[in-house]
Amino acid sequence: MSAHVVPVKTYVGIFVALLVLTGLTTGAAFVDFGELHTGIRLLDVIPLNTVVALAIAVAKMLLVILFFMHVKYSSGLTKIVIVAGFFFLAILVSLTLADELTRGWTPNPGAWGAMLPLVRGLL
Amino acid sequence: MAAHSAHPEGFAHQFEDMEQQREAGSLGMWVFLVTEIMFFGGLFATYIIYRSLYLHSFEIGSRLLKVDFGASNTAVLIASSLTMALAIHAAQSGKKKNQQIMFLVLTLVLGVLFLFLKFNFEWRADYAEHLIPGFGFIIRPEWGAAGSHVPMFFLFYFFMTGLHAMHMIIGCGILVVLMFMAGRNRFNGEYYAPLEVTGLYWHFVDIVWIFLFPLLYLIGGRFAIPGVH
Repeated sequence: MSAHVVPVKTYVGIFVALLVLTGLTTGAAFVDFGELHTGIRLLDVIPLNTVVALAIAVAKMLLVILFFMHVKYSSGLTKIVIVAGFFFLAILVSLTLADELTRGWTPNPGAWGAMLPLVRGLL
Repeated sequence: MAAHSAHPEGFAHQFEDMEQQREAGSLGMWVFLVTEIMFFGGLFATYIIYRSLYLHSFEIGSRLLKVDFGASNTAVLIASSLTMALAIHAAQSGKKKNQQIMFLVLTLVLGVLFLFLKFNFEWRADYAEHLIPGFGFIIRPEWGAAGSHVPMFFLFYFFMTGLHAMHMIIGCGILVVLMFMAGRNRFNGEYYAPLEVTGLYWHFVDIVWIFLFPLLYLIGGRFAIPGVH
């Protein structure tokens, strides 16, 4: 039994789609889509140009992974490994940002001197 | 030994059949690519944080990149992914070695074209405009207060695209090896594992660029930014 052979027509179709998306994302960069105001802390201002650019990039990535890299026809085990990879990337980015973006939320405890009144009270 | 001679060419004894061997091969390559995702992922995470801290400086820097070269290089890389996929397709469908070699040569030519455009035109122009940190970077007065962090954007730009280019150079070297292997009729409809895993690597490098292009060249700053000229 041989592996699934993707027809040349599919490859060329994906290639054309990727070129169209590249043109689209380049053109979209010169248009100001403005910002979305959500009122949610941390996500208050969402620049829509960034959203559009990343959405197109993710679409292109999926086309490459599924067809050029044959993942659409791969075993479930391979698919799980790939999803796990992106899951760990999501952990890397989200937990790093969770630290970095919330640092101003609690007051800086300062030096040990700030503890002195408390220590004096105990004595 | 009689049983062995019945095995297809390129079959390794530890596997049940060719199907299992193929799956093990691409699974192993994907495990490596997952480490590569984390490798580049650390850079992307750092980029996100510093971009959010110095958004204005990063937008100024992004505007100074040559978007025409960025876009055309994206097209070149996508085309090289197509020819790489077609080289594997030629082996899979049992085509003659000439067709495999032709597509591998095309992939190599497109890969070298990408590097040539990047190093010889883009980076050379950046150097002439004093935009390479450590090589006479000049902070322009019109950038204002945000100017002091523009070199940081360019550090990200050169390190990320440089690391990507290093992956391309390695990929080009592997392509040359594959050409010799194809020339010796090493690949057939059942066995083409080196082509397949190199294809996975090549497409992965393509995906990295698919994200670098919008993150560095496009987002925030291609349309007019108030107060910056």
